[in-house]
Amino acid sequence: MTGREGQSEHPNHRAAGGEGVASGREAAGGGAGWKPAPQDSPRGQGEGKRPRRSGWARAGERVIEGVIRTSGVSAVLFVLAIFFFVFREAAPVLFGGEHFKLLPFLFSVEWYPTSASNVRYGTLALTVGTFSVTALAMVLAVPFGLGAAVFVSEFCGPRLKETLKVVIELLAAIPSVVWGFIGLTVMSRLIVHFTGAPVGVNLLNGGIILALMSVPIIVSIGEDALKAVPDSYREAGLALGATRWQLVYRVLLPAARNGLLAAVLLGVGRAVGETMAVLMATGHAVNLPLGVFDSVRTLTANVAAELGEAPAGSDHYRVLFLTGVLLFSLTFVVNLVADLVIRGWRRK
Amino acid sequence: MNPTAPHAITTKGLNLWYGTFQALVDVNVALPHGLITAMIGPSGCGKTTLLRCFNRVNERYGGVTTTGEIRVLGRNIYDPDVSLIELRKAVGMVFQRPNPLPISVYENVVFGLRIHHPRRELSRARLDEAVERALTEVGLWGDLKDRLDARATSLQLEQQQKLCIARLLPLKPEVILLDEPCSALDVEGTRAIEELMCELKGRYTLIIVTHNMAQARRISDECVFMLLGQIIEHRRTEALFLQPADSRTADYVEGRYG
Repeated sequence: MTGREGQSEHPNHRAAGGEGVASGREAAGGGAGWKPAPQDSPRGQGEGKRPRRSGWARAGERVIEGVIRTSGVSAVLFVLAIFFFVFREAAPVLFGGEHFKLLPFLFSVEWYPTSASNVRYGTLALTVGTFSVTALAMVLAVPFGLGAAVFVSEFCGPRLKETLKVVIELLAAIPSVVWGFIGLTVMSRLIVHFTGAPVGVNLLNGGIILALMSVPIIVSIGEDALKAVPDSYREAGLALGATRWQLVYRVLLPAARNGLLAAVLLGVGRAVGETMAVLMATGHAVNLPLGVFDSVRTLTANVAAELGEAPAGSDHYRVLFLTGVLLFSLTFVVNLVADLVIRGWRRK
Repeated sequence: MNPTAPHAITTKGLNLWYGTFQALVDVNVALPHGLITAMIGPSGCGKTTLLRCFNRVNERYGGVTTTGEIRVLGRNIYDPDVSLIELRKAVGMVFQRPNPLPISVYENVVFGLRIHHPRRELSRARLDEAVERALTEVGLWGDLKDRLDARATSLQLEQQQKLCIARLLPLKPEVILLDEPCSALDVEGTRAIEELMCELKGRYTLIIVTHNMAQARRISDECVFMLLGQIIEHRRTEALFLQPADSRTADYVEGRYG
């Protein structure tokens, strides 16, 4: 009996102790923060050392805080600075280029920057090229990437999982020019062989190459997102009798959808921004594509290919920078829309 | 499954290993129908492991080996022709931390129906009725009937835990396993869940694992005391607490260890 009584008293003691500590804290914590009382009051030899050491520690903390703050702010500053410098190069032609008008720039398909008689800067074909290649790449990469992420995260055994993750990271490390080379040689021949298309370097080729480049990113970010879903959700679903597949599409995909959308967006970002591989794989023809076997040129590839030939400071040079601003704005809009979509979900 | 079997769950010679560690040693137990049975014992004694055997949710981790048999309503759940899905429909589980899914209250309650029935069988009216009945049964309907679209994870913990019980009910389970269902709750929440368990008693067989001996004493009809993977004593709760037959049980219920 005594044992049980002792146990029932125990929580009371603890509660009282807790209150005592709390009130002591209130009494001591007048200024910068709470310090254990006995360390402050005694005056002696230790006194001289202790404040100095804590001074160093405090200074160190302040330095670290400063570094962190600077890096946080600089991330924003760098983006703004990039935008500013690109825009500064483009501004003169935007506000007074000789052959430049904004509407044709955005909505004309005629891109003849070096024409002797009639210079025209229409980027619609390039914009459409960028979007069509990206869209095709995502149509291929999103199902594969998310499927692979689900497989790696939920279905395969631990050893296979490690192997797959290493291989996927290896894929992500292949330089884009190598992908372009594969597109130009291997993929182009395969496309001609299997489809009978007259040219192998086209929208399809660029889309496949970009898909191959985006899949590793989508898989690794998507797998992280699924790994972040609390295991208790899986147990809840399993204990209700869900099959593994039901668990995936009824529990995991909804729970991880923000992370999965982020994975897809990073894939889109990679595809929109990719230059060298699409330059080599798409055929690089300024052309509004009517089918997947048409050659296209993207905004990025256009800048990469022509900036070297355009005389610095010329209208052509500045229009290419303006193309950069356009690209920047497009990706910004895509990200913004995605962000708003996520916010809408959260509110629900 | 045969509802006229004398006990809801019986085990015979049940052994379980995690890798090479034996967590359950020759467990023979018969748990009665329609009552609350508490499983008590110090940490690591195997009570949660035993509970998780009853719906085979243990098996999701690799390296688990089981021998012996477990009969739920007379049927051995390790028979090859037993469907895990049917088993888990009949044996629901409530976890230590409330784990409603991150969807609406409504969808949480009908989750079981949705995964076990094709879409065309589930009319809106049927789902609505199931939600109202389940939430009424756990005493949440009054509080939540206007907030069925709220995210379940935004509720208070006590409501979340009740919701976790409610979502089992549309599947008409025979047995509800509760793994320390009150350990994340405050005094009021604990009381509410305990009252709910007492109300559910009779319609369902409830098996609760608890660290809290006072709780076991308050709510259970029978009590199983476990130690080091073995069942030391299984009697009516009052008997186990007042006249324990085994000296280890006596020492534990008097708080000398554990």
